[in-house]
Amino acid sequence: MGAGHAHRLYRHGHSPVHGLPPHTKLAAALLFVVVVVSTPREAMWAFAVYAVLLAAVAHRARVPARFLLGRLLIEVPFVAFAVLMPFVAEGERVHVLGLSLSVNGLWGAWNVLAKGTLGVAASVLLAATTELRELLLGLQRLKLPPLLVQIASFMIRYGDVITDEMRRMRIARESRGFEAKGVRHWGVLAKSAGALFIRSYERGERVHLAMVSRGYAGSMPVIDEVTASGAQWRHALSLPCAALVVCLLGWML
Amino acid sequence: MVPVTASLEVSGLAFAYPDGHQALFGVDFSIARGERVALLGPNGAGKTTLVLHLNGILGGGTGTVTVAGLPVSKQHMAAIRQKVGIVFQDPDDQLFMPTVREDVAFGPAAAGIRGAALEERVHTALERVGMREFADRPPHHLSFGQRRRVAVATVLAMEPEILVLDEPSSNLDPASRRELADILRSLDVTVLMVTHDLPYALELCPRSLVLSEGVIAADGPTGALLSDEELMRAHRLELPFGFDPRSVTTGA
Amino acid sequence: MHVPDGFIDAPTSAVTAVVAAGALAVSLRGARRELDERTAPLAGLVAAFIFAVQMLNFPVAAGTSGHLLGGALAAILVGPYTAVLCVSVVLLMQGVLFADGGLTALGVNITDMAIVTTVVSYAVFRGLLAVLPRKRRSVTVASFVAALVSVPAAAVAFTLIYAVGGTTDVSIGKVATAMIGVHVLIGIGEAVITALTVGAVVAVRPDLVYGARGLRQRLRLRVNGELVDAPAPTAPVAARTSRRTLWITGLVTSLVLAGFVSFYASANPDGLEKVAHDKGIDKKAKEHTTAGSPLADYGVKDISDARLSGGLAGVIGVGVTVVAGSAVFWALRRRRTDDVSPASTGV
Repeated sequence: MGAGHAHRLYRHGHSPVHGLPPHTKLAAALLFVVVVVSTPREAMWAFAVYAVLLAAVAHRARVPARFLLGRLLIEVPFVAFAVLMPFVAEGERVHVLGLSLSVNGLWGAWNVLAKGTLGVAASVLLAATTELRELLLGLQRLKLPPLLVQIASFMIRYGDVITDEMRRMRIARESRGFEAKGVRHWGVLAKSAGALFIRSYERGERVHLAMVSRGYAGSMPVIDEVTASGAQWRHALSLPCAALVVCLLGWML
Repeated sequence: MVPVTASLEVSGLAFAYPDGHQALFGVDFSIARGERVALLGPNGAGKTTLVLHLNGILGGGTGTVTVAGLPVSKQHMAAIRQKVGIVFQDPDDQLFMPTVREDVAFGPAAAGIRGAALEERVHTALERVGMREFADRPPHHLSFGQRRRVAVATVLAMEPEILVLDEPSSNLDPASRRELADILRSLDVTVLMVTHDLPYALELCPRSLVLSEGVIAADGPTGALLSDEELMRAHRLELPFGFDPRSVTTGA
Repeated sequence: MHVPDGFIDAPTSAVTAVVAAGALAVSLRGARRELDERTAPLAGLVAAFIFAVQMLNFPVAAGTSGHLLGGALAAILVGPYTAVLCVSVVLLMQGVLFADGGLTALGVNITDMAIVTTVVSYAVFRGLLAVLPRKRRSVTVASFVAALVSVPAAAVAFTLIYAVGGTTDVSIGKVATAMIGVHVLIGIGEAVITALTVGAVVAVRPDLVYGARGLRQRLRLRVNGELVDAPAPTAPVAARTSRRTLWITGLVTSLVLAGFVSFYASANPDGLEKVAHDKGIDKKAKEHTTAGSPLADYGVKDISDARLSGGLAGVIGVGVTVVAGSAVFWALRRRRTDDVSPASTGV
């Protein structure tokens, strides 16, 4: 965790997907997920096509399947939730292997699993092919309020610094023989959290001082701009457009 | 006595923090253009508090600060902050942008410089601290010494009237320390160096001020101040073991 | 509690996204008014802190551990506007960088975890502080209650969103029971940790606790042995107006939410009856279909254990009462302080 640069998902590379401007990729990923979520759950084949589309993108981005599948693990808590659904949902029931399952719940579980997995896969691909700084530039370009982008950029810049401070505090606690074992030790941990807040806040004040010392007056000067050509937009949006066709077919068939 | 072109003039400065702790009790001194001056003092003497007054970050106490003839006040704040370049103690506080290049560009860009002129400033500033090839690296991937040099570059890019360094040698290994000293000597700006690293002060600054308990307790040639054992003891300033200021010849 | 894609249907996700965007816009303006140009670095660092503290594990027992969600803590430490921004940015980054929480569910997640927790906890916190004696201990107590209420409140908000746009037909009663039941437990942990953390900060830097400022003393400077008055700070005046906006926003939001929910409830009596029928409790269902309060209506009825059910209703009821009560108290107190303010500012 100490080495933990906030962006553990990024995979360095020079593929066509890596080379696309960040805001086109962000827009493509978001639109793709929107389309996926809007697809009727009964059109099971459509989700298979979406998966193939994502696999094609992953292939072009040269993101190995193992990496992608490994990152999908973040979804596990919701898999557990989805598994519960057939047991608790309402409506007519079917009996499989002696278990009484709700048809509606089965559909619901499928729905959450399919859409959730595709959503996570799309986010993972986006994060794997886009550098942090680029992501921020992309968000800025997509007209996210500048103040939010600044907050996010400070959070990322100092996330490491603060987790590192937290780690040092833990080491200091442990070297004095303290080990948090249960609820009794919450007081000590909370004191650490309090100290961490004070340090973070004071660092925020110092960073602010350093900023105003160099002429900051409330808005970040524009230093870098990202731009995308029409061809790049077409390239990036081919994914959600293909998905949209599938989705419309899913509604009609 | 004080020439009109003084880079920095401080008179009667007193200040207390919101929690009631008073740090400055009436500080007076003046620095002429082109001088390199060390501000010495033990921990808690009010050094950092004084620094924050120089570009108007702290204020609301009594007394005045004047930079190149311009009083530090709300009306001139933008000009003052361009003229006074402060290099803070922790480079992590100073380097807040995602890459070295953007960080160095921050100051001039905030002053409205754009395009090729901005590139030129960044280029020159990084060149002067020998960090040109690191322009596109994120600051947290640099070593501590490199980060400190970039921090100096971020301020140099603003072409300040006076460069103020807060504990420039802290946490540096001997090699980084010497490299930084070489860089500082090569600059032709007024320098106020706040430190309790006495050999470093002697090496770089012909003149020193001693700040103790919120007032200027002594002002004179660095070598003479460091040799005055009584003065040193009175203000909790201690030379490193085996270091004799009289035996050192300074190139400064 | 990070909701993934596909959990809530597209229209509802879109509506929550609009709600989240609106709340963010309000918070951006509010934070700017409070922190002016310090907003970006301070909120950024606080967001990094929240992010880090979510990784700090508090061992519970036998190898299990919990962690802080941080909404209430952020609201109390840095104020509701900044807190909404910080928690939202944390959620945004978790969604984009770690694929934790779906991109389309971002609106749901922000509404639920960034807005509801901070607004509810801050309202409860300020309300309690107005009632309790002006001591440090009261800050800790108020933080405890605020955090305790904030987590089930988020669960209630989630249940309401699920009732409107859930993709699976699970009875709302079950969702509410599961969500609120679990989150009352989580809330207790959150409350203890939040209270201890706020207590630790108040002990060292009381001036940093946004929710507890107002007990500042006038500064005196000693210059060459003489005492001189420092210029008076002018911040509290601005803070008061912004607090009023917060309360009005909160009140309007809850009214709109309440109206929205009761509309939904009355528009879908069939669904309710069906649920009741499936559960074999149609005897009771009659009295429920016309009831107005969503909690009395669906929330607790599926629990067979009367004491547990009563307890849950009690906790939620108390939460609502505390909010309402503190709102009234605040209104009265404000009037009183307005009357005496010319005198008190002269002190």
